[in-house]
Amino acid sequence: MSERDNGFSRRKVLKGTAAGLIGTGLAPTVFVRGAWAQEFCNNPTGDTVTFGFNVPQTGAYAAEGADELKAYQLAVKHLNGEGDGGMISTFVGGQLKGNGVLGKKVAYVSGDTQTKSDAARDSAKRMVERDGAIMITGGSSSGVAVAVQGLCQEMGIMFMAGLTHSNDTTGKDKKRYGFRHFFNAYMSGAALAPVLSQEYGNDRVAYHLTADYTWGWTQEESIKNATEALGWKTQAAVRTPVGAGDFSQYLTPVLNSGADVLILNHYGADMVNSLTQAVQFGLLDKQVNGKQFQIVVPLFSRLMAQGAGDAIKGILGTTNWHWSLQDEGSQAFVKSFGAEYGQPPSQAAHTCYVQALLYANACEMAGTFYPPEIIKQLEGFKFDGLGNGPTEYRAEDHQCFKDVFVVRGKQAPSSQFDLLEVVQQVPRSQVEYDAAIFGGELGPYEPASVC
Amino acid sequence: MDAIFLQFLNGLDKGGAYALIALGLTLVFGTLGVVNFAHGALFMLGAFCAVTVRRFLTMESVTLSATEKTPWGTALEVRVPYINTWFGDFGNVLVDYSVPISILVAIPVMLIVGVVMERGLIKHFYKRTHAEQILVTFGLAIVLQEIVKAIFGANPLPQPMPSSMNGAADIGLWLGMDPNILTYPWWRLVYFLFSVVVIGAVFAFLQFTTFGMVVRAGMADRETVGLLGINIDKRFTIMFGIAAVVAGMAGAMYTPLLPPNFHIGMDFLVLSFVVVVVGGMGSLPGAVLAGFLLGILQSFASMNEIKAIIPGIDQVIIYLVAVVVLLAMPRGLLGRRGVMEN
Repeated sequence: MSERDNGFSRRKVLKGTAAGLIGTGLAPTVFVRGAWAQEFCNNPTGDTVTFGFNVPQTGAYAAEGADELKAYQLAVKHLNGEGDGGMISTFVGGQLKGNGVLGKKVAYVSGDTQTKSDAARDSAKRMVERDGAIMITGGSSSGVAVAVQGLCQEMGIMFMAGLTHSNDTTGKDKKRYGFRHFFNAYMSGAALAPVLSQEYGNDRVAYHLTADYTWGWTQEESIKNATEALGWKTQAAVRTPVGAGDFSQYLTPVLNSGADVLILNHYGADMVNSLTQAVQFGLLDKQVNGKQFQIVVPLFSRLMAQGAGDAIKGILGTTNWHWSLQDEGSQAFVKSFGAEYGQPPSQAAHTCYVQALLYANACEMAGTFYPPEIIKQLEGFKFDGLGNGPTEYRAEDHQCFKDVFVVRGKQAPSSQFDLLEVVQQVPRSQVEYDAAIFGGELGPYEPASVC
Repeated sequence: MDAIFLQFLNGLDKGGAYALIALGLTLVFGTLGVVNFAHGALFMLGAFCAVTVRRFLTMESVTLSATEKTPWGTALEVRVPYINTWFGDFGNVLVDYSVPISILVAIPVMLIVGVVMERGLIKHFYKRTHAEQILVTFGLAIVLQEIVKAIFGANPLPQPMPSSMNGAADIGLWLGMDPNILTYPWWRLVYFLFSVVVIGAVFAFLQFTTFGMVVRAGMADRETVGLLGINIDKRFTIMFGIAAVVAGMAGAMYTPLLPPNFHIGMDFLVLSFVVVVVGGMGSLPGAVLAGFLLGILQSFASMNEIKAIIPGIDQVIIYLVAVVVLLAMPRGLLGRRGVMEN
């Protein structure tokens, strides 16, 4: 009886070994991938994948919300290979091809956060549970971002934050499932302080009016720390309710307070109202302590500048991005957005568009929609070509680090959109900090529950 | 001392708005006996009269430039306001004064809105309970809000004040102080004076005209006035229209102070009801007195020295005062016996 007859040959042994190796080797990507399909929330099974855009369509930040939604719709177009592709063509480090995500066409649903935490959570929950959204993105308030981020962590759903500037979002309230591309209050303070010193000197008395929620508190703290390090004194820091509308009762005490700088820790419609009313009170015409009175708006946006009209002229602040930037990515985005909507995008639109692309890219790189694998792709991910130069998603706190821009309201705007001028592009190294200073725990990778 | 005087001024301009809305509410309640929750929506409609007038005055012809491009590569739109084409530089003056001009539009528009609202809907609820009246008028307010939201969007729409009113008046200089010691925004002073004039005009109308005398008689005893052969219903309908005009003018003039959105009326409505209750249901002088009083108290409660003692007092002072006044004087400051007591 030959070896062949016995069924044992070197070839058969090699074949069997190879089959075994292939079988065990492929099992995780074939069967386990199937197993993930059972285990994680809203794993897309059809030929589409649904993104959930949770933006303020009413409330104090509705203008930002409207622009965010436009940006997301444009991102969906570009991801699906429609239009001119926008930043997909300038994205360095990305693997997007404009054929959807992992071969599935991108669809979307949208919800109104109403600029309220509870409404935003309800809206996000509805999009996940009813509409099958695989991830939630958007928002224009840190209170909303922190609330929705917490919900997403509980549900095992990815949250790509929109416009949120509080240190807490990637600090004490950071979550494994939450990622922020936008800069934060600490970075604003670090970027703005040297310019304030240069423009207004080191002997100033500041009066803060602060939106009374997480973003306002952390911005007030960061700007106070940065300005007091310059030698400025803080006369008072007064909290104002979000959506107060009429700030006159809070501005009246500023007039004879002895302060020579008013720092408005307000955003959106609140900032438009408080700045306009501060100018109406004649603050910019006053001389206090032998110096010209100044107003500073640490977080500025072009949409706010449009609402505030002439009141923004000469006012200093910081921004995450501005449409006048000349890098290839910014130009590509402005061109796409402008052609689609007849106006340049805001910083809120930019950060949301980029977040949608970054999420889609992470899925492509992970080869799956399974959130823990996507998270691992985003943590420490380095990229370029999306408008702020070389950028990194820091693994320790899920905060993006990139250049920050100090801007000033233009004295002689050439159009209704040309309202801010970039005073300084502050390098990433100047605004970096140790992730440990703001505390917080990211939490587990594995989803705590299945929706 | 300066700080106290400034907060007092601030209270007066806030109180002016509260008093104007509360006055209209009280007029409607006193004449028709209707608790009108749509009154805030009338304030909002007045504000949007100002928005509409400005939009009309700033309408532009748009042509595409053959040579210039936008940053996104499309042809630049060249916009020329029609008003300049028609009136030259005088067109700029009209645009600059769009808010005061809008008052002229708001008066007839709001009169018509008020009369239509009363004849078309509210008259059918005179004999219903106050709860039903509140429900129907609240529903009407929501409908009006949603219509405005659908037309103008959800965002606040800033309305500039006339450029001559920009900045602050140097009140200190008028009082013989050094320059820039005591300043207050011009438009807020204008708004306070405007509210005083409107309130004065309404009182004068009721006090010194035959029409007003009949209305006051009707407010005191509707049945007897009717028995004298006077068509009191018609007069009350006109009073509803006048109340709408007062609210509309208050809203239009407020737009430079607070960019209006569809919700602005509701923001004022709740406060104004507190004002009416504190002043005394059905009492016109009470509504005015309580409006200014609560505006001033709210302003003083926002002083840092007060908030250092009681944090957050600025947010609750009005409601706190309402509770105290109603405990001590259940009919409000100037309320009459028998109103809403059955």
